[in-house]
Amino acid sequence: MARIISKRVLTPVTKLFVIEAPLIAAAARPGQFVIVRVREGGERIPLTIADYRPDRGEIIIVVQEVGVTTRLLGALDEGDDILDVAGPLGSAPDISPAGHVVGVGGGFGAAALLCLMRDLSQRGARTTAIIGARQKDLLILTDELKAASGHLDLCTDDGSTGFKGFVTERLQQLIDGDAVAPGLGPPDRVVAIGPMAMMRAVADTTRRAGIETLASMDPLMIDGTGMCGGCRITIGNEIKFACVDGPFFDAHQVDFDEAERRNKMYVDMESQAAVRQAHACGAASQVREGAI
Amino acid sequence: MPLKRMDKTPMSERAAGRRAHDFLEVNEGYDMARAMFEAERCLRCQDPVCVDGCPVRIPIPEFIHAIAAGDMREAATILRGANPLPAICGRVCPQETQCEELCHMNNRFSSAAIGHLERFVADWERGQPANDATRQPWRDEKIAVIGSGPAGLVCAGQLADMGYPVTVYEALHAPGGVLRYGIPEFRLPNAVLDWEIDVLRQRGVEIANNIIVGKTIALDALLDDMGFAAVFVGTGAGLPKFLGIPGENLNGVFSANEFLTRINLMRAYDFPVSDTPMKVGKRVAVIGAGNTAMDTVRSALRLGAEKGLIVYRRSETEMTARIEEHHHAIEEGVEFHWLTNPIEVLGNVDGWVTGLKCQVMELGEADDSGRARPLPVAGSEFVIPVDNVVLSIGTTPNPLLLQSTAGLETDRWGCLVADEESGRTTRARIYAGGDVVTGAATVILAAGAGKNAAEAIDRDLSAARGDDQGRELQSGRH
Repeated sequence: MARIISKRVLTPVTKLFVIEAPLIAAAARPGQFVIVRVREGGERIPLTIADYRPDRGEIIIVVQEVGVTTRLLGALDEGDDILDVAGPLGSAPDISPAGHVVGVGGGFGAAALLCLMRDLSQRGARTTAIIGARQKDLLILTDELKAASGHLDLCTDDGSTGFKGFVTERLQQLIDGDAVAPGLGPPDRVVAIGPMAMMRAVADTTRRAGIETLASMDPLMIDGTGMCGGCRITIGNEIKFACVDGPFFDAHQVDFDEAERRNKMYVDMESQAAVRQAHACGAASQVREGAI
Repeated sequence: MPLKRMDKTPMSERAAGRRAHDFLEVNEGYDMARAMFEAERCLRCQDPVCVDGCPVRIPIPEFIHAIAAGDMREAATILRGANPLPAICGRVCPQETQCEELCHMNNRFSSAAIGHLERFVADWERGQPANDATRQPWRDEKIAVIGSGPAGLVCAGQLADMGYPVTVYEALHAPGGVLRYGIPEFRLPNAVLDWEIDVLRQRGVEIANNIIVGKTIALDALLDDMGFAAVFVGTGAGLPKFLGIPGENLNGVFSANEFLTRINLMRAYDFPVSDTPMKVGKRVAVIGAGNTAMDTVRSALRLGAEKGLIVYRRSETEMTARIEEHHHAIEEGVEFHWLTNPIEVLGNVDGWVTGLKCQVMELGEADDSGRARPLPVAGSEFVIPVDNVVLSIGTTPNPLLLQSTAGLETDRWGCLVADEESGRTTRARIYAGGDVVTGAATVILAAGAGKNAAEAIDRDLSAARGDDQGRELQSGRH
């Protein structure tokens, strides 16, 4: 059991939780994740540790409500307990702080950049975070990322704030010249965290420019300790387990086609579960209304 | 009363046609009359060789004798004194290659049904009123046990009996290790496992779930910062092997670990009441022929597969599954493809499995394992149409803890090096036993190793304490 100390609604479907987890907070490194379960009979899902505060015994996770478990989690409030939280799992990425490191975050992937960028900045790297979303109010944690990075660059599909276009277009501009982040120079290393399509596009962009790039892979996972092998992905010619060998891999070596296909293995069953959940929620709210 | 039978008293089991579609237990156990009848078959040999076949040296004739005398409480006391997990071992031990193999009755008849009787006694005990009082430890030295599988649970139980405060750390959200995530309900119901674990808790064992030693807490922190006097490593062999053949990452290919974990730990058979899905097609091929393979293929049938196939590159003779599991699988309609070696998983344009390309094998000279080496027959390739392929070709120790702890020696198979008798590792105060030391083996061997290590830990702590009190208490216990 882990107590929720506070909750922030970042967008209608994105929630931030500060969780009491002293052992995890003490052991955590940037880029690691936890496995969470929210009810008896519930799934185990991996969630990136967005930030951690060992002195206060707290970790921060950001959840995007996309399925049954994330919706149940998103509905929890301050003071509630999360049934199971285990970690920290996976390994922190090995990123040299020499030169200019650019973090690219798409959607709620921006959250996972937070402690990674701060750690790199503290270790002496010049840092830029480029984060993107469809529109201004879907961009998350901009103040925190601004404080953690040398330069923060915002992108929106509709141009409601920052650069109008994709993060990869902005990344290309950064590679091409000094206008995006004046004085920081061209990127020496790139870390991409976000939807698979975005990470694949970032990999394509930096491959052309020959820039070392890591992608944070989030395949389906059960135990998170190397036991099930469900999270296996192909890196170059090798099969790796994202939970123990990753989650960060050389983005230029990742077989994104396979990773995308494997992540969709249960889509039909997931939607079946979501429909069932919607019915159950409807029934529950009727009961509540009846009681009032 | 009829005369003694030449054959074992059969245990009633649910009809194959019915049981193959649900997860309820196959075997139904003895009743008192059958148990007493079977107990009378035991010859009460002067030299009970059956005990030599038991890794935890259960005084077999003694507990069987107690059943024959109708003294179930005495039978339970004898049994539990030697084996803290009798309800589990009575169900999953390969008795035919252990105690029952050595039984003198085998000379003319079939052996006494030691396993069935063990199960009967443990189930009787489970039906007795629960004792709610939790025993308090009386010693000062705290012991940490890493992993709550059979080795860890037995080690913890034995140490608690000696008065030590014991904390068991489990990485998953529920204790039991392979007993929980691996062995299915129809062979070992969770209720039985929960009961055995509750008994251990009452004996003073504490269990902390969701703690991955090596990640959440370093092993050295247990010794240096958290005040544990000794640590037992029973982390098992949880890392699945893959074949490395083309197509292994297609959708619909699983390790047996993933397949069984989804079903057993995550209750995928209850989806969508439970939240974890499991996708099983019409034809499921399981590669391998051990107990895990049998559990997997029979689980596939229970999840609605029309055909369950065992694909094995060796022959029936080299199969490692228990006779009973093989027999139950045949009854439930599993198809066996012996001397069949998978060489490629085939898929469709969407990346889903459609077939398994195999080649026919023939047996050659004995290999390192002492079994006949299977050799491919040239030009014998053929395709079995299947929707799922599950790899059940073995597991190796999970390197997560071993890699994060300095000074622990491992061998070339990644197994932790530990003394067989004492479980002592290459580091002081760290002991180990079970699959993490031997590679994937049986529940009872792990239990035996846990028991031996508990005794060694007590001996070493007593020596450090400079007294013999621990030894006296222990030897005077039974």
